[in-house]
Amino acid sequence: MRRRWNVSVWAGFLVVLSAMVTYILVFIRFPATRDFPWATLLIFGAGLALIARGLIRAYREPQLYRGRIAGAILLGLGVAVLGFFCYQVFYFMRQVPPSTRAPQVGQMAPDFTLPDKDGVPITLSKLFDPGTGGAGGANGAVLIFYRGYW
Amino acid sequence: MRLIAISVDPPEINRGYCRKQGYTFSFLSDTNSEVIRRYDLLHEKAGPGSVDISRPAEFLIDAGGRVRWAYLAPSIAVRARPEEIMKVIDDLGIAAGRRD
Repeated sequence: MRRRWNVSVWAGFLVVLSAMVTYILVFIRFPATRDFPWATLLIFGAGLALIARGLIRAYREPQLYRGRIAGAILLGLGVAVLGFFCYQVFYFMRQVPPSTRAPQVGQMAPDFTLPDKDGVPITLSKLFDPGTGGAGGANGAVLIFYRGYW
Repeated sequence: MRLIAISVDPPEINRGYCRKQGYTFSFLSDTNSEVIRRYDLLHEKAGPGSVDISRPAEFLIDAGGRVRWAYLAPSIAVRARPEEIMKVIDDLGIAAGRRD
């Protein structure tokens, strides 16, 4: 009797790959699924469970299902992809400098002058100065330091 | 309240990015990372081609120039949430005056 193709292990591996891809394309855009990637971990879990189910089936009913070797390899690869993802999100991306000398709450923010996108110099302290007119007179400012759009 | 973004990108990059995203707030260029260093936010060799860039960080400054709130993200993928910043502004009661 011809043995059946073990769909579960292959579908599971596709789900594992999609967990990685959907994090980069979709879930990283939303703080709720980015800061702690619970949705992505759930998808990883579902994919690995599918592969494991297929692998168990291949071993329990080898006369019916193929995929003992492919299933084992794909399970190993799937765990490796999950490991890579966890390394990136929980270790590599968290390697930020300590910034112990960054301005603390209550301290004066260091003043600066920098050019804006049109090359016009902007001075932090002048934003609050009511005498300068135009851009002045702000009641506060939110400074956003960002990594850059390269 | 003024929104001020700062990065190592030159003005022409920021101009293109603002146009693409429709941003109207100020995007400042700290190309030699002098201000980023002064705020102790330099993330060495973290940019493409191992250039120095800023780590993500947000500060709320009052009209007296004093820091009222700061957020140093624990990960390069994490940012302060806008609703959190709005809540801080409301709680501190410094948004009562002119908004621009």
